Amino acid sequence: MTQITMTQAINRAIDEAMAEDAGVILLGEDVAAKQGGGVFKISAGLTEKYGENRVRATPISEQAIVGACVGAALAGFRPIAEIMLMNFVTVAMDQIVNHAAKLRFMSGGQTNVPMVIRTTTGVGVGFGGQHSDMLEAWFAHVAGLKIVTPSNAADAQGLMRAAIACNDPVIFIENILCYGLKSDDPGPGHIVPLGKAAVAREGSDCSIITYGRTVLDALEVAGKLAEEGISVEVVDLRTIAPYDEATVTASVAKTGRAVVLHEAVKQYGTGAEIASRLSEKLFGKLKAPVTRIGGAFSAVPMANALEQAWIPNKDAIADAVRAAMNWKG
Amino acid sequence: MTDTTIDRDKLRDIYTRTMRVARADEKFRSLLMTGKLAVIYYTVRGQELVSAAAMAALEPDDYLVTTYRGQHDQIAKGVPLNPLFAEIAGKAGGTCRGKGGSMHITHPATGVMVTTGVVGSGLPIANGLALASQNRGDGKVTMVCFGDGATNIGAFHEAMNMAQLWKLPVIFLCQNNRYGEHTAFADHTKVDSIVTRANAYGMNGVKVDGNDAIAMYNTTKAAVDRARAGEGPTLIEAMCYRMMGHFFGSDFSYMPQEHLAEMAAEDPLPRLRQLMLDHQFTEAELDAIVADLDAQMDAAAEFAANSPLPGPEEIRKDVFEEEIAA
Repeated sequence: MTQITMTQAINRAIDEAMAEDAGVILLGEDVAAKQGGGVFKISAGLTEKYGENRVRATPISEQAIVGACVGAALAGFRPIAEIMLMNFVTVAMDQIVNHAAKLRFMSGGQTNVPMVIRTTTGVGVGFGGQHSDMLEAWFAHVAGLKIVTPSNAADAQGLMRAAIACNDPVIFIENILCYGLKSDDPGPGHIVPLGKAAVAREGSDCSIITYGRTVLDALEVAGKLAEEGISVEVVDLRTIAPYDEATVTASVAKTGRAVVLHEAVKQYGTGAEIASRLSEKLFGKLKAPVTRIGGAFSAVPMANALEQAWIPNKDAIADAVRAAMNWKG
Repeated sequence: MTDTTIDRDKLRDIYTRTMRVARADEKFRSLLMTGKLAVIYYTVRGQELVSAAAMAALEPDDYLVTTYRGQHDQIAKGVPLNPLFAEIAGKAGGTCRGKGGSMHITHPATGVMVTTGVVGSGLPIANGLALASQNRGDGKVTMVCFGDGATNIGAFHEAMNMAQLWKLPVIFLCQNNRYGEHTAFADHTKVDSIVTRANAYGMNGVKVDGNDAIAMYNTTKAAVDRARAGEGPTLIEAMCYRMMGHFFGSDFSYMPQEHLAEMAAEDPLPRLRQLMLDHQFTEAELDAIVADLDAQMDAAAEFAANSPLPGPEEIRKDVFEEEIAA
C-alpha cells in the first residue's frame, strides 16, 4: 500500500476543500508560491491551482491574519489561517478569544465563524522558549473553540477536512517532529469526525490518555510493558476540546487505571481536567489514583540535553503505569 | 475637490437618520434617568450626524463593523429599533436575544456584522469581510467605525497596512471625538491628524468636519465609490465631539471649560436643523419627522419593556453550532 506523510496529508485535505468550495482560502506568512509555499511547505502547489486571491501571503501581522479570517468567515467563507508557530498566537489572542470564539454566542447565533487556525510547535528541535510551546490548555478554557491535533498522517488528513467543514472555529495543532510521519494512504475524501477519540492500542490493565506526538511515546511504552505482562490501552483524543468523554470514561472503567499524558506543561494543563472528570465519574471503581505526566514547569530550554530532560520521557511514562499497577492504597 | 452640493432627498435622508439616532439616545438617557433601565450605556450625543451622513452613503447590504460606542452607527445603518432597544435592555426580543447587549449589537440583515467591545479590534475583521467581497466580486464595501483612541493600538496599524496591500474595498471611518476614554487627543497622540497615519501606509486619507452634513456625506460617498471601483481603501478622519462622559453618568470634569464651550458651539443638531431650513425645508416638515420618530421610540421602549427575559437555557445555545450539555 502506498504511504503518505503528514505534510502531504494536510496539503491534500486543504487542496480537496479548496477544490470543492471557493470560500476556502488560506492566509499566512510565506504561504504562497512566490514565498515557497510556506515555511513547512504545507501549502505547496496550492497557489498554482487556486491563485493568489485564495492563497494569500501576508505581512508578519498575526492580529490582521486572524482578524481577516474572522471577517471572511462571518461573510460565509471558510478561511484557514496559518500561524507559523504556536507561540505567535499570543499576539493574536484578542481576535481568537474575544472574537472568533464568542461572536456566535454574543450575536445570539446570527453569525458564526467557520475558520481554522493551523499552527505548529513541538519540543525536541532546539527552537527554545518562544517557538516550542503547546498552549492548548489556554484555548480549551475558552468556550467556543474546538481544538484538534493529529498523531498520524491519516488522521491529519481526515481531521483537517472535518475542521474546515466545521461551522465553528477550530485550532488545528501540528507538531514539527511529526510532519515526516507516514501512514497508509487513506485515499481521497477521508474524514475523521471532530470529537471522536481513537483507541490506538487496546489493553486491559491501564489506560494512557494522550494526544498528538506523545501518542507515539505511549504506544512504544505500551509495547515494552507488554513484555512485563502489563496490558496498556492507549487512547488518542484527536480532538482535545471538547474531548470524547464517552470513549475515555469507557476505557478507564474497563482498565480501572489511568495516566494522562501530554507534552504541554503539566501544571494547569488539559490533563488536570481529564483526571478530574475521571475521578468524578469513576471514584470507587478506580484501582489507583489517576496521575498526570507533562512538560516541566519552565520555559522550553534550547539545549538538546535540557529539552530531553524537559519533555515527559518514556521511562517516566512506564514508571507511572507501573506505579498504578502497584498501587496499594 | 469634494462636491459641496447635495440632493434634497439625500439631505432629508441624512436628517431623518440623524434624528433617529438623536431621539433614540434621548430616549435611552431618559429611561436611565428615571430608573426604568439600569444598564451600562455609552451615549452617542454629539456624534449623531457623523454616522448618519456616512451610512447614507452606503447601500443597505454593505457591511458595517463598529465599536461599543456604536448606537449611532447601528441606528443610522438601519438596525430596527424594537430589537435594538430590547437588546440594550437585555431582553429575549433583542437582536442577540439579550446575549450581546449594547456593546455587541449584531444585525446581519442590515449589514451590521460585528460590534466589538475591544478598542481597535474591528479593523482586522473589516478587512476579512472586504476580502470576501473582493474574492466574490459582489461589489459590497465594508465600513469600520472607531475613535481616535483606537489609532494607537497595534490592530489599527496591522489592518491599515494589510488593507492597502490588498486594495480591499474597506473604509476606515475614524470618528475623532478628541478623547480616548478620559484622555485628550493631544495627550495620547503626537501627530496633529490621524490622516498622516493613512499616508504612512500609502493609503488615501481624508480629513473632514464630521458635523458638516454635506461634506461628511460627499467625502464618504467618494470613498465608497472608490472602494467599489476596486481602487482600494480610504481612511476618513471625521472631526466631532463626544458631548458627554465616557459612559452615561460618568464624570467628565476632566474636559476643560474651553473644550466644553467649543463643543456646545459645534453641536451638530442645531447646525443640521439650520442647514435644512437653508435648503427650504419647513419647520413643520422637520417637526413632523421628529414627531414620527418619537412615536417609534415610545413603541420601541414599550416593546423592550414587554419583551420577556432570556431563559437560562440560552447559556448552552450558540457556544457551538450544536447545543452543549447542561
